[in-house]
Amino acid sequence: MAAGFKTVEPLEYYRRFLKENCRPDGRELGEFRTTTVNIGSISTADGSALVKLGNTTVICGVKAEFAAPPTDAPDKGYVVPNVDLPPLCSSRFRSGPPGEEAQVASQFIADVIENSQIIQKEDLCISPGKLAWVLYCDLICLDYDGNILDACTFALLAALKNVQLPEVTINEETALAEVNLKTKNYLNIRTHPVATSFAVFDDTLLIVDPTGEEEHLATGTLTIVMDEEGKLCCLHKPGGSGLTGAKLQDCMSRAVTRHKEVKKLMDEVIKSMKPK
Amino acid sequence: MEGTMHADAKIRAETGTESGPRGPGCSLRHFACEQNLLSRPDGSASFMQGDTSVLVGVYGPAEVKVSKEIFNKATLEVILRPKIGLPGVAEKSREQLIRNTCEAVVLGALHPRTSITVVLQVISDAGSLLACCLNAACMALVDAGVPMRALFCGVTCTLGADGTLVLDPTAKQEKEARAVLTFALDSVEQKLLMSTTKGLYSDAELQQCLAAAQAASQHVFRFYRESLQRRYSKS
Repeated sequence: MAAGFKTVEPLEYYRRFLKENCRPDGRELGEFRTTTVNIGSISTADGSALVKLGNTTVICGVKAEFAAPPTDAPDKGYVVPNVDLPPLCSSRFRSGPPGEEAQVASQFIADVIENSQIIQKEDLCISPGKLAWVLYCDLICLDYDGNILDACTFALLAALKNVQLPEVTINEETALAEVNLKTKNYLNIRTHPVATSFAVFDDTLLIVDPTGEEEHLATGTLTIVMDEEGKLCCLHKPGGSGLTGAKLQDCMSRAVTRHKEVKKLMDEVIKSMKPK
Repeated sequence: MEGTMHADAKIRAETGTESGPRGPGCSLRHFACEQNLLSRPDGSASFMQGDTSVLVGVYGPAEVKVSKEIFNKATLEVILRPKIGLPGVAEKSREQLIRNTCEAVVLGALHPRTSITVVLQVISDAGSLLACCLNAACMALVDAGVPMRALFCGVTCTLGADGTLVLDPTAKQEKEARAVLTFALDSVEQKLLMSTTKGLYSDAELQQCLAAAQAASQHVFRFYRESLQRRYSKS
């Protein structure tokens, strides 16, 4: 009977749960789904991470290649993110050029990398004006069940922490790059941005970590990206119902606690990794 | 062109000089708005903030493709064309921001199974581009007669390295700033409809910027009202 009601009146069905301050999957309004992370699973990539936020699954692979640094910044390398939402993850995506959601997610990740200064681009430079690293970060969603931005940010962070770059020296005589695959260094990750997403219901209620259905029923979404010092890298609210300053304040405090949870998980995973 | 209204309003949060560079603290650049300047779209507007200028045309409510139609409300589409080059991923991201902001205020339920298309063309970019786009889109939607439950406006503010707040920055100020925050606020309660930010800032600074933006939005809404009053008082 409940299944029938859910199909016919999904919003009313949902409101019944919200009135009791819980959600159909049993979570509290401020509770995240079980987060799991697996690092270094792709051996052909220089760094990789698989993040599961409930059912939402995102895998990030980082490949490092050589490139000439940009002419207006000869001592900087590149970090190029790309989020792919293939038809595999959800029936709403078709094959072909990236849809709007994938492009927006790619732009969001690029902004997070830029704003949070997670990697100093100068660290990626090998020889100013001649050679620099370019890190291609490919994020592929394997299962779309809402809250894609949080999963992508976490996957990116975990993958970048896993990246090992070989030492490169430029041979003076031949002017060619010599790669020493035996000596590998981890990247210098300066900050740890963590994203927390909220969905706004009926213009008033804020719920954390929305699932696919909740996102569909919501009247607005909000994503906050915070680093460890409590500084905000990104406040992404793409339209939707209005929020007051006080509600934003509540979201901030939730984002701070989420950051601690994620950081703890990350540290555990990194510690448990056996050195190569 | 019948009904063109050129409304000039110099809006400052504090008393300042008549023209020239603005004083320190919070003040907005010279605003100008023209409506109904294109003959084909149902509504059009050109909004100028200092040297930043955006031209918007609104078509709707009009026919919608069956694949895109929503059974109980209007489908909103936004197309943003940059001044130079082909639209890229950044434009797509901005289109989503503008579209979701418009969807929050437009009463789509009054026109189910129709489409409302907002086309924005960047004429010149001298800072605060997204805010100018939002303001122009609002004016164009009003000109087209699309039913809305509130007006909205865009305000950009920047934080300098020492924490100084500048509203409605020029391109140079945006580049030198530590953080650039753009907000869309509604006219009823100045609630935050849309927000997009660049750079690092603290929670307290965010609240400060939001408060400043809410104060500045009052001026923008007053400008909208004066502009529309002048337009309709003629006829």
